[in-house]
Amino acid sequence: MPTKTIIEAVQDALREEMERDSRVIVLGEDVGLKGGVFKATAGLYEKFGEMRVIDSPLAESSIVGVAIGLALNGMRPVAEIQFADFIHPAFNQIVNEAARFRYRSNGAYGVPMVIRAPYGGGIHGGLYHSQCVEAFFAHVPGLKVVAPSTPYDTKGLLKAAIRDEDPVLFFEHKKTYRLIRGEVPDGDYTVPIGKARVVREGKHLTVISYGLSVYYALEAAETVADEGIDVEVIDLRTLRPLDKDTVLESVKKTSKVLIAYEDNKFCGYGAEIAAIIAEEAFEHLDAPIMRLAGPEVPAVPFATPLEEWFMPSPEKTANAVRELAAY
Amino acid sequence: MATVEVKMPQLGESVHEGTIGKWLKKVGEPVKKYEPLLEVITDKVDTEVTATESGVVQEILVPEGETVKVGTVLARIAPEGEPVPKRDGGVPAAAMQREISLKHDGAPPMAETPKAAPRISPVVARIAEEHGVDLSQIKGTGREGRITKQDILAYIERRATMPAPTLPAPPPVMPAPARIEAAPAAGDQVIKLTPIRKAIAEHMVRSLQVAAQVTTVMEADMSRVVSFREKHKDEFQRREGFNLTYTPFFVQATVNALRMHPYANSTFADDQIVLKRRINVGIAVALESGLIVPVVKDADEKSLLRLAREVHDLATRARDHQLNPDDVQGATFTITNHGVSGSLFATPIINQPNAAILGIGAIQKRVVVTPEGAIAIRPMCYLSLTFDHRIMDGVAADSFLAKVVEELERGGFKL
Repeated sequence: MPTKTIIEAVQDALREEMERDSRVIVLGEDVGLKGGVFKATAGLYEKFGEMRVIDSPLAESSIVGVAIGLALNGMRPVAEIQFADFIHPAFNQIVNEAARFRYRSNGAYGVPMVIRAPYGGGIHGGLYHSQCVEAFFAHVPGLKVVAPSTPYDTKGLLKAAIRDEDPVLFFEHKKTYRLIRGEVPDGDYTVPIGKARVVREGKHLTVISYGLSVYYALEAAETVADEGIDVEVIDLRTLRPLDKDTVLESVKKTSKVLIAYEDNKFCGYGAEIAAIIAEEAFEHLDAPIMRLAGPEVPAVPFATPLEEWFMPSPEKTANAVRELAAY
Repeated sequence: MATVEVKMPQLGESVHEGTIGKWLKKVGEPVKKYEPLLEVITDKVDTEVTATESGVVQEILVPEGETVKVGTVLARIAPEGEPVPKRDGGVPAAAMQREISLKHDGAPPMAETPKAAPRISPVVARIAEEHGVDLSQIKGTGREGRITKQDILAYIERRATMPAPTLPAPPPVMPAPARIEAAPAAGDQVIKLTPIRKAIAEHMVRSLQVAAQVTTVMEADMSRVVSFREKHKDEFQRREGFNLTYTPFFVQATVNALRMHPYANSTFADDQIVLKRRINVGIAVALESGLIVPVVKDADEKSLLRLAREVHDLATRARDHQLNPDDVQGATFTITNHGVSGSLFATPIINQPNAAILGIGAIQKRVVVTPEGAIAIRPMCYLSLTFDHRIMDGVAADSFLAKVVEELERGGFKL
């Protein structure tokens, strides 16, 4: 099976879906001639032309608004927000319009649209190119929020997102784009939205994570394995709808949970996981639910030591795992 | 990063050295990040140097009065959460070590001394209950000797291989009531408990289980009550549209007695007695299906007329099943009028969490000897007071009951 990077998995998924379905079009800033700042749409303009690969103005509200209109008129738009940090001008279109359409039309109209956005820090992006925005959108009924961590899942979930009848936010951790390689089969397959994956089985405690943090959790698990701590790692893959069954099943097995995520801790996505576990698996807990998350500063700093201070790491994860194991 | 160094800061562009004025923390003392650690004197400014990390002052390297160059290490702080050497083959219990070292002011961590009552996590509590495990039998390996899930599971596994009778069954907290053999014989009729029947059964048994109940009985001469009622009942019926009963008289007499005997209007709670400020009198009302106790709230603020109206209203709505949840809550004392069915005196069961319950017997004309020594025929009534001996002793209870009797016999009622 060929080995690919995550960015290649994105390219494959987009190209294959555009070949498969003529309603699929791509729009966003520099997605056409340039092929995207991360090259996620490289080659599409040449292959499918300017009618299906549209360079948009620098106006995110317009990108999403146009995509909603296209979707309502029978197209399958995949909008790219160049950096998740820039998605905020489109918040109104996403939350007030896209998310509600099915509900307010009593099920008659959906918005089959995907919004792709690279997110996350650790790449010297500074304050405006490093944010995690998933918690804002995971809060909203009517949206699906996907955050894959492997090339295989990226391709399969992006295809599933494009074929979904409702709006999907597809967050790609930009540090993983070329860092992570993995086996990706040629040809068509999908990965279902809403299913988490146990990526490492263990019996002493569970680390629940998504995106880049999954790799740190796996690395930490290997480190502490030598110390006799057997760690289970869950990659959530989809943040909304959450695969509660997989989470609760693991908690019932290990009774100790660390939720590791990059966003700042307060009201971050991990807070919801912690709340669900406290509500639904209280009697299975053997330790307080623990979160390892970013510090409470407004953004990821630019300076290297400060960025390292902000970002999760295998070492930070291993230390948290040790503390939880010792409880 | 084993320790954090505190260095002589640059306290101005042209300042190259500083003198230690005073150490504000001693070795072994905990210090918070940004908390002043020492005073520094330079030829330009005197200032405080703060800790760069939270932790424990591990070393002071420069004594007071000494002048050193900028950048000289002045002290070392052992920060919180610092990784510590692994314990025997297991997990480096960073947090555990930290807690211990803070508690002992930086002294070397002592050998583990498990606390008397370590915290029990939800999963351990559940497993212990499911498997009937006496947790005191398990030595915990978690932080501060906490029993972990793995500890209890290992214990259960070990126990399964141990000879069975070594573990005596733990005594039940409360002796379970003996089960009555009630297998119905041929022709017996089996009545399924209605919810209200079930609630009454539970309340009554529970009351007898939790309170030390004693019943004391006194007799009241009801002449003045009866004659007052006879005099007013027709007009009352015309005006109010319902019958003037004896109940409001008993409520009023009880309320007046409760005012002077707050312990009869109290609640026993663990290690304290709560004297209730409000006087809310519950009135037991017999229904076809059972018994319910609506409550006259703040009965001490109400006239006889108002009490009569409320008792009538509550009793009517009780019989019509029209009571609101609020109507049956908050009783601080309860009256039961068992005399309506001819009972002379009874030993009522306290309506928890009250301190007492007053039972009212049937009013009967009896031959009595008056205080003057004459023989007379008087309408008499036995009053039975069941009180909680945990709260009141006999003298106090009798004193309260005597006050009720006095109030009934005194007369002077106003409608």
